[in-house]
Amino acid sequence: MSIRTTKKVQGASPGLEVRDLTITYNTEDGPLDTVRNLSFKIAPGEIYGLVGESGSGKTTIARAVVNYLASNGTIKSGRILLDGVDLCTKTKKEMRSIWGSDITMVHQDPNKSVNPSMSIGNQIAEMVRVHSGISKAEARKKAVDMLSWVRMPDPSRVARRYPHQLSGGQLQRVLIAIALVTNPRLLIMDEPTTALDVTTEAVILDLIRDLLMEYQTAVLYITHNLGVVARLCHRVGVIYAGALMEQGPVSRVFKKMLHPYTLGLLGSVPRVELDKRDIVLNTIPGYIPQPDSLPAGCIFAPRCRGAEDACRASRPPLVDTKEGADHITACRRWQVVKNTPEKFANPQEKREMREPTTEDIVLDSVNVKKYFPISRVRLGDLIRGKRPVVKAVDDISLRIRQGFTMGIVGESGCGKTTFARCIAGLEKASAGKIIVGDENLPYVVSKRSADQLKKIQMVFQNPDASLNPQHTVGASVARPLTRLKNLSKKVLQERLEELFQSVNLPKEYMNRLPHEISGGEKQRVAIARALATDPKLLICDEPISSLDVSVQASLMNTLMELQNRRGTSCLFISHDLAAVKHLSSWIAVIYLGRLWEIGSASDILKPPHHPYTEALFSALPIPDPDAKQSRVRLREAVPSAVTIPPGCRFHPRCPRKVGEICENEEPPWQDYGHWHKICCHIPLEELVEIQTADEGDLQ
Amino acid sequence: MIIYLLRRLGFILITLILASIIIFGATQLLPGDVAQVMLGKFATEKALENVREELGLNKPAYVQYFGWLKNFVRGDWGNSMVSRQPVRPLILARLRNSAMIAVVALLFYVPLGILLGVIAALRKEKPLDQIISGFSMAFVGLPEFVTGLLLISAFAFRFAIFPANSSIAPGSTFIEAFPSLILPAIAVSLTGLGYIIRMTRASTIDVLSTGYVMAADLKGLPNAQVLSKHVLRNSLLPTITIVSMGIGYLIGGLIIAESVFGYPGLGRLVVYGIQRRDVILIQACSMVIVMIYSISNLIADMLYSALNPRIRYR
Repeated sequence: MSIRTTKKVQGASPGLEVRDLTITYNTEDGPLDTVRNLSFKIAPGEIYGLVGESGSGKTTIARAVVNYLASNGTIKSGRILLDGVDLCTKTKKEMRSIWGSDITMVHQDPNKSVNPSMSIGNQIAEMVRVHSGISKAEARKKAVDMLSWVRMPDPSRVARRYPHQLSGGQLQRVLIAIALVTNPRLLIMDEPTTALDVTTEAVILDLIRDLLMEYQTAVLYITHNLGVVARLCHRVGVIYAGALMEQGPVSRVFKKMLHPYTLGLLGSVPRVELDKRDIVLNTIPGYIPQPDSLPAGCIFAPRCRGAEDACRASRPPLVDTKEGADHITACRRWQVVKNTPEKFANPQEKREMREPTTEDIVLDSVNVKKYFPISRVRLGDLIRGKRPVVKAVDDISLRIRQGFTMGIVGESGCGKTTFARCIAGLEKASAGKIIVGDENLPYVVSKRSADQLKKIQMVFQNPDASLNPQHTVGASVARPLTRLKNLSKKVLQERLEELFQSVNLPKEYMNRLPHEISGGEKQRVAIARALATDPKLLICDEPISSLDVSVQASLMNTLMELQNRRGTSCLFISHDLAAVKHLSSWIAVIYLGRLWEIGSASDILKPPHHPYTEALFSALPIPDPDAKQSRVRLREAVPSAVTIPPGCRFHPRCPRKVGEICENEEPPWQDYGHWHKICCHIPLEELVEIQTADEGDLQ
Repeated sequence: MIIYLLRRLGFILITLILASIIIFGATQLLPGDVAQVMLGKFATEKALENVREELGLNKPAYVQYFGWLKNFVRGDWGNSMVSRQPVRPLILARLRNSAMIAVVALLFYVPLGILLGVIAALRKEKPLDQIISGFSMAFVGLPEFVTGLLLISAFAFRFAIFPANSSIAPGSTFIEAFPSLILPAIAVSLTGLGYIIRMTRASTIDVLSTGYVMAADLKGLPNAQVLSKHVLRNSLLPTITIVSMGIGYLIGGLIIAESVFGYPGLGRLVVYGIQRRDVILIQACSMVIVMIYSISNLIADMLYSALNPRIRYR
């Protein structure tokens, strides 16, 4: 099926060319050059990845390319050429004929990029109509065709639906359909999968890659996720504080990087495929500089471990290294980076892992359940006289041994956070036992004694919301000490200093307010507060998800160190399998409120996997263009926990479903030895066989 | 949707019952003996007793309440204590008059308010926005008796375009009454106009900064289409609520404006009833006003959900 319109005539130099672009924002403190002297080219049919951390200017670049900067932003110098035509000189009115027909864009959050009161079909059709002038009926038909083109199940029904009736992944398909329907010459994708679950992300990335093969569109793909670049892009530009640091083909930049920043970024990502727990992640010290206080020399020099005086003296130009196709870098010492990358890495490479000595169980959760009543009542349910419930956590039993970290993974909406909150007493469990040490704890926090409260402490996902903005961070950390431990003033001060030191924060920070420190630092304060009472169990609910990769890495290092030094037991919850794998000795996989697989981190990594775990693994974007991953994909999104499928509750999405038994019978727990357990109908030997064969195919 | 409607109707029923209790209770607390008021100072004790007997005034309050409620629901709203005539035709005639003013006022200020609000939002923080926003603030703050008198002195005395006194003849048609309606309608519109401008401006600014308006722009749609289908469709939803509150106010709450213009509306009838201690009239008028508020609110909610698919498809 081909529904592309006929090819447009292309100019003398086809594709996108950005030449020496400088973008300025007028702020209260005067003009700020947020992007400086940026140049890159994207050929038709090429996917160019632009990676960088938050604050690097990625989105500003995208908005400059489409000539849609915020009202206080201007293009100070440079040219943006599409097929040889300069877009900077166009007025907004002229741009309207280019937008949508020559340039289209897919934005970050699909929920916010669609009009909530317009049907999906109409949102596609209006685009077609404006640019091709076909009739309403034809446009509507084209919209349905386009939906099936992006592999939307039941396209004609979806076309009549409204955005709130679709999942995030489905909406992103719609936006991709809108972006491709006019067969544009340039497609800009700004973090199109960041708001999605990792399983949905994998499906969308497959879709983008497959569809774009048929188009001669130049694609600018903006992301912070190196794994996504490795999976999708042909060439990549690494951007830092508004300037290009390194650029080249993905195969070269990821394998033979020639800039310390790229090296640092790649070293910051925990690697799921490497079975080593003693690796210290290679962090980048310090923070990205603000555009108004850029260093005089190389802008990365203050954070570079291999910077010399010459680096700080003058800003190095981008040089073509002649190391293969178009591989350029802004580092004057690139040859040193190439030959001895270890000079730029974290000095402490390995960590001595202490094995816990006791066999004590810290947490024993027995058949914990949490059902939420549904606030919305349907007429039918009223007549039948039953009250539907959401089974957010449905019978979870697990144990954590003293000194170990138990990681919990699963997609959003699978019940991870609810489970953690039940353990912490923030949600009142509906049933089950929560035993900490040898004590059976009451369900809610208000009924737990000070002594019981001391035993469990929690670190939350969003540090902005979990620290009181009116209190200094020192006061926040001191609060559990005074409330639960009754320390004297002098001891308190000593203890505070010790806590701040243990999370690598200078003690001067105690007098600061939360808004005076960065997100990563706030999360360190939250960890210090949680550790203040010497808890037996530390619960971390997605503590690193909202942070940049380099900040994530240093926080993970701190967590590892704390665990190693203090022997704290930890329940670590994350949707990021690589982070869970890096931090945990044991991993539990959870889906629709139930456990499906549990085992040591190294066992979980190898077959047999539960099919759900397998899908999570193969969805994970690995920052290595040569990484071998099986392509097991899950259909649709997590179903609602109101109508749980009968039999195995994973069967409607299971890529390895064997037959009716999956639909009718609950699967049994099978033991693969060494406490590695899987809940599935497929015999484990068979799982090993098919999963090893799948991975073998890729070799 | 049906369950939603049924639930809303249920709420209205509860509101009306509660309101009827409050209204009945409040009129019981009015000072003075009703029979004395009806018969005058020189009535004999025997005559007073007869009247009390006739009206059931010597029965316990709850019996009186249920009797009143039963008759009210049946359509028997009672006889005026002053004129001894049934109050229903009187109230309905006044209701019609009030509705005429409401229609003129709504047709005037709703479209104008939306227009000015949208213009202000599109010219955010530019001089035109500052002028419109400044006026809208003044409109919200100015009391009707001030704007009413200003309008009379300008358009009735200085230019003599419209009559100063709007006391229209009973039973006059809309066309006949129209010239008399304009000044009071404008006077009572200004507050609502101010609110609508401010609400429309705020919600339009919100919607203009959303991702889907940016996405619509980047689809290359003509400006007018972005505005009508993507911006206004979403930004006018909150305005509906303001308009519905305005309807109730225009019909029942215009006591001062009607007095200034001498307009025979429902609000003035209530004042008249209170002055004469005509308990029956006050009770019936109050119930009608509560009903109008409830119904206009219901209409607004239904309209809101009809325009908002997130509610429509629940």
